[in-house]
Amino acid sequence: MGGGLSTAAVTPLSVAWTCIAGVAALAISGECLIAAAMRSLGDLDVIRERSGLAGAIRAVLSSPMFLVGALCMAFNFFAMLFTLSIVDLSLAAPATASLTYVGNAVAAKLFLKENVDQRRWLAALFVCAGVYLLSK
Amino acid sequence: MRGHVAGASLLELKEMKHTLSMQQYSILLCVSLTASVGDTFLSHGMSQVGQVDLEHLGLLIHALANGWVIAGIVLLIGFFASYMTALSWADLTFVMPATAFGYVVVALLSRFWLHEHLSLSRCAGIVMIVCAVGFVANGPSRTEHHHELDVMDSGVGR
Repeated sequence: MGGGLSTAAVTPLSVAWTCIAGVAALAISGECLIAAAMRSLGDLDVIRERSGLAGAIRAVLSSPMFLVGALCMAFNFFAMLFTLSIVDLSLAAPATASLTYVGNAVAAKLFLKENVDQRRWLAALFVCAGVYLLSK
Repeated sequence: MRGHVAGASLLELKEMKHTLSMQQYSILLCVSLTASVGDTFLSHGMSQVGQVDLEHLGLLIHALANGWVIAGIVLLIGFFASYMTALSWADLTFVMPATAFGYVVVALLSRFWLHEHLSLSRCAGIVMIVCAVGFVANGPSRTEHHHELDVMDSGVGR
């Protein structure tokens, strides 16, 4: 069933990029929601010192924003498994990573109100270029 | 307490701070290592499971019985735990390049452990990701928002 054929050879490019965009969108939504939830909870190390590991886990699991973010990440996981089965890893991994990095920087600026300065934009672009070069 | 709030309002809306301990740097290292190795295990496992299409989505459940997929999931749970911890004291845009550094680790492992060929473009990719991590690591780790300063102040005043 696995076969030796390249999966990209039998998957239309439009389907491949739709899958990649879907995986990236789920990752960006999930990461932003989880980042917002963690920020509102405060330093987890401090919570763990004060209430123990169980208290820290309880604090995280009681955040609705975290639960929605985790759901997005779970869908992202299965979407990535699905994508890897129809798109070559050499395309899927760098493409989803690059889209996620740039998308996260934009979402962090817009929704999390992070101070994404010139240094961080440059870092996101360097990571995209670096991931592309590594995959060549 | 209003005095504290008024004091906080004198600060900039988005004050940046950068104080990471060695423990926090080790959590960032965990983030970068577990993500890349976990993804590699998952990829290897899925290549054994075979192609999943819309008619055979049940194979995704079947994949959960594969040892490599299980190992990948365990590593990704470790990644998730360390990633959430990092996000509780640092910005998303600060933690992101740490995850990218895992690609560099995998490339170096494949060169020096598996003795694979490291092309010029891959060397350039490693340099670019290291530069990206350097840009961010030298900067502040967290944006402090106004309401957070207020909460900190009210906590002190209690």
